[in-house]
Amino acid sequence: MEQNKNTILEIHDLSISFRMYDSRFEQTELKVISDLYLSVSPGEIVAVAGASGSGKSLLASAVLGLLPANASLSGHIHYKGQELTPELQKNLRGGGIALVPQSVEFLDPLMKVRSQTGGRDKAKTAERTRVFKRLGLPDDTENLYPFELSGGMARRVLVSTAMLSSAELIIADEPTPGMSLEQSLQALTMFRELAREGRAIILITHDIDLAFEFADRVAVFYAGTTVETAPASDFKQGPRALRHPYSKALWEALPQNSFRPIPGSQPYPGDLPKGCLFAPRCPMRTAECMEHVPPVRQIRGGEVRCFYGS
Amino acid sequence: MRGRFFNLCSALIKNGMKILSLLLAVSIIAFVLVTLSPIDPVQQYILGLGTAISQEQREEIEEYWGVGEPPVECYINWLTNVLRGDLGVSSLYRRPVADIIGERFLSSLALMVSSWLLSGIIGFSIGCLMGMRHGRFLDRFLKKVCYILSSVPTFWLGLVLLLVFSVWLGWFPIGFSSPIGVLSGDVTFGQRLYHLVLPAFTLSLMSFPNIALHTRQKLVEVLESDYVLFARARGEGNWDILRRHGIRNILMPAVTLQFTSFAELFGGSVMAENVFSYPGLGSAVAAAGLNSDVPLLLGITLFSTLFVCVGNMVADLLYAAIDPRVREAVE
Ligand SMILES: Nc1ncnc2c1ncn2[C@@H]1O[C@H](COP(=O)(O)OP(=O)(O)O)[C@@H](O)[C@H]1O
Ligand code: SF4
Ligand SMILES: [Mg+2]
Repeated sequence: MEQNKNTILEIHDLSISFRMYDSRFEQTELKVISDLYLSVSPGEIVAVAGASGSGKSLLASAVLGLLPANASLSGHIHYKGQELTPELQKNLRGGGIALVPQSVEFLDPLMKVRSQTGGRDKAKTAERTRVFKRLGLPDDTENLYPFELSGGMARRVLVSTAMLSSAELIIADEPTPGMSLEQSLQALTMFRELAREGRAIILITHDIDLAFEFADRVAVFYAGTTVETAPASDFKQGPRALRHPYSKALWEALPQNSFRPIPGSQPYPGDLPKGCLFAPRCPMRTAECMEHVPPVRQIRGGEVRCFYGS
Repeated sequence: MRGRFFNLCSALIKNGMKILSLLLAVSIIAFVLVTLSPIDPVQQYILGLGTAISQEQREEIEEYWGVGEPPVECYINWLTNVLRGDLGVSSLYRRPVADIIGERFLSSLALMVSSWLLSGIIGFSIGCLMGMRHGRFLDRFLKKVCYILSSVPTFWLGLVLLLVFSVWLGWFPIGFSSPIGVLSGDVTFGQRLYHLVLPAFTLSLMSFPNIALHTRQKLVEVLESDYVLFARARGEGNWDILRRHGIRNILMPAVTLQFTSFAELFGGSVMAENVFSYPGLGSAVAAAGLNSDVPLLLGITLFSTLFVCVGNMVADLLYAAIDPRVREAVE
């Protein structure tokens, strides 16, 4: 597989399955991510947008090497052109890669914020004070326990951990829900500053508006696969600039557009269609879509997984 | 600070009321059972004496038990005596019940506290070990050991240990809390400790599997939690995780469980004391039962209820004092 030396992270054909036991104690494989691709370069913010359950958080765990024990993974992940092995992942945790987790549940309930954001170290303390201030967190936040934080405060504490790290790749898993508009804007501005320093940022969100306002590129996930990656500007232009029927439908569904939801729902893992994962809901599907998985094609500076994407 | 003190006091009062009402209930039930049983405490006392007693003595003891009066008055009469601190005189030992309980309680307490600490420390450590290795060979092996130990009856385990260590190997004495033939005042601390080892060990073998399995379960939950995932993402290794997050999150539930196991420990100590002829409350209660020593039986019943309740209360208060979430809720 050809590796682009300029990317920080490059993912090809990633599939993840869970070993499960059904009611008759028979082992089954539950495929939750299928043939996913994604890449991010230094200085770039890539938004990963997709409905809940489309595999966004699992992607983050997979990159960090922190999938549950019953998960198995296939495909290729490269970090700076190198195959991302378990040893490399171990070295990168707390170093090259930082995670902004999804909820306050990711903070130890019995440990004060300070110990989970760098500890008592002098340099760290000064840095934390600065970052907390910029995020609008009150002075004594570091002395609080997680249960004493409001929803918005907790999100900002989680975001601060990435700001405090020197990671070259930051994966932020839905960092803004629960924050006020100003707080979200402030946090996103700070992510942009980090990108300007040359770091790569994967911004996971289920809010497509936010994705194309703040990111450089947007990757659209559906049922555990990437259906399209496109420059954020294409999303601003509208459906004619987009390549995949699902991306177009997402755009149409926005309140400021026709606000028309897509009929049907995302398939459940374990009950995935045979060919294109979007086929059951696609207005353009043909017999071929039902039979075969469409390949990824490069079109107009973006990528699309659809036989008829243009 | 003042608020906290006030809360502690109100919690103490609340718990105290609960314990008092429970004690009252237990005293009624125990008294009714004794009244319904064919044993006559007065007759038993006289029998135990072996010689004739004077009319005066007889009247005294009949008055204590309220002979000839309706049952409710008998009970009230007895309860008033108990509240005054007069638990009656043991027909078996010919001494005030309160004195016997006091003495024996100290021996039992030494046994229980040492085996409690032992089982807590062993159980917690083994539980942590199993949790860290969960699903692996060591975990599966230790789990089997725990299941076997917790299904073996204490007295049988005690007998085996007694046979192996005292009879065959001769490392430990066969019984009693001090060497035979030495005046109780002359017994050294070392000698007492020496006589304590085997019963305490037996008792802790019986209760450590519980705490070990519980600790293992909790640690596995912690290791699968989101906050450990995030800690790993920040670069913490297995040892950091156990030290920083594992112990912090499982210690309190374990301590609480360990305190509530005081009740079981009390039951276990009855067995262990009898197997090892260890002169504590447990062997006294068995002797009292076998010899129909009603005042001693009632006295120990009330006392052990009090003891177990206080143990549970201490556990609750400790938990509240240490867990910041509970502390917040209380304040
Ligand atoms: N430990 C697990 N065992 C089985 N299935 C899981 C597990 N974790 C996640 N999944 C499944 O994987 C899919 C993707 O989950 P997730 O990545 O959390 O979605 P998102 O973050 O996009 O909402 C979901 O269908 C979820 O049910
Ligand atoms: S491959 Fe076919 S079914 Fe799938 S999105 Fe394209 S047109 Fe629709
Ligand atoms: Mg998620």
